[in-house]
Amino acid sequence: MDKFGFSLSRARVIDYDKNDRRIAEYIYEHEPSFRLCIECGACAATCTAGNFTEFSLREFNVLLKRGENDKVRARLKKCMFCGKCILACPRGVNTRNVIFLARQAFRIFDGNET
Amino acid sequence: MPEMSAHVVVAGGGAAGIEAAGMLARSGIRVTLIEKETEPGGHLKGWYHLFPDRRDSREVISYLSRLISHENIDFIPGETVAKIDRKGLSFSVTTGKGGSFTADAVLIATGFDMFRCERKEEYGYGIYDNVITSAELEVMFRNGEIKTVGGIVPSKLGMIHCVGSRDEKVGNLYCSKLCCVTAVKQAMEIKEYISDARIFCFYMDMRMGGAMYEELYREAQEKYGINFIRGKVSEVSVSIDNRLIVKSEDTLAGRPLKMEVDMLVLMAGMEISDGGKKLALASGLKTGENRFLASADNHYGSNRSHISGIFYAGTCTAPMNVTDTISHARGAAAEIIDYLRNTGRHNG
Repeated sequence: MDKFGFSLSRARVIDYDKNDRRIAEYIYEHEPSFRLCIECGACAATCTAGNFTEFSLREFNVLLKRGENDKVRARLKKCMFCGKCILACPRGVNTRNVIFLARQAFRIFDGNET
Repeated sequence: MPEMSAHVVVAGGGAAGIEAAGMLARSGIRVTLIEKETEPGGHLKGWYHLFPDRRDSREVISYLSRLISHENIDFIPGETVAKIDRKGLSFSVTTGKGGSFTADAVLIATGFDMFRCERKEEYGYGIYDNVITSAELEVMFRNGEIKTVGGIVPSKLGMIHCVGSRDEKVGNLYCSKLCCVTAVKQAMEIKEYISDARIFCFYMDMRMGGAMYEELYREAQEKYGINFIRGKVSEVSVSIDNRLIVKSEDTLAGRPLKMEVDMLVLMAGMEISDGGKKLALASGLKTGENRFLASADNHYGSNRSHISGIFYAGTCTAPMNVTDTISHARGAAAEIIDYLRNTGRHNG
């Protein structure tokens, strides 16, 4: 018998209603400037980690806000906390603290060291 | 002209001041129009073509010059308004050189200053050759040639939007409104001079809110092949052969982007003019969070200050294009005529 190669694909949609946005809420609460991001990408442009690895702080922030936590978790350790992104941000977001808080929130909500 | 006609001092001889002065003069009011430079016209004098129709700015200047020649207007160049003091129902206006006028009403039309791009140090203005401002590009257009400092015709150019606007780091949270359309217009005009030039606009949002702006944007893509990259430029550096290196994120591709260009144009934003700021401080006029003059009411009193008898016109209140500036100035003149009539000093 030929195999037709059909299988179930996971939907690509961001299921906004089902996604867990507790991590994002935690950051909004402790670093309100997180709400000011307009996804201009200045942080990602200046980011050393982003220039050499698959990491965009802009994308990281968007994924956080959408509750795409598995994708965020995979990127959590990319940041080296140099803080250059803060200097570039035109909206005054404390980007460094956003990542710091994200790591903290995952520890709280996942219940383990991420 | 009646013997006892009212007298209005207008501070600023740009588009707003002249338009308002013209309307006041035509209704029989005496106007003293004070301008800091030797020629009237303000920023229009430095501009080549205006958006969205790319007409020559000199056509608008010549319209304004005709207004100034009215017999009721006394044009005083090379002078500024330093302070306005209320004296009963009239005002004592002190000039920068120490002169003084008595006025029944005062109109402030002191306009804007272009953002000083050296303050955005990471873009290299004043540090690297060939990083220029949008205003400097207009001068190149007027002079008929676009060349690098080394005398070469640039073949690849970048335009950086929002320089000094929407930027917490320079203290300007507001959008200057006109820089997006200026970038589009200038990109098209560069192509008129250098037909094979490749041009890249780096933007955060394309704000094409004015009449015919969006159509101009479309034309820039369709007929001129202008490229638009969504990403705020984080920094500019220079290569070993003295080309400029632009760094941004290509946010729509989701990857960092690096590009070498021969020339970089910074779309400088608008700030309240230094003269306007000082005048406001000396005269007790309110300014907003954006440091522009704050009107008495955002919706139905944008031409009025909170001091009865002192009025505002044009870009001293907010970034505004020429069309809106002229309309705003007409509104100011109408308010002043109304005010003088209601206080018994004008019956025209």
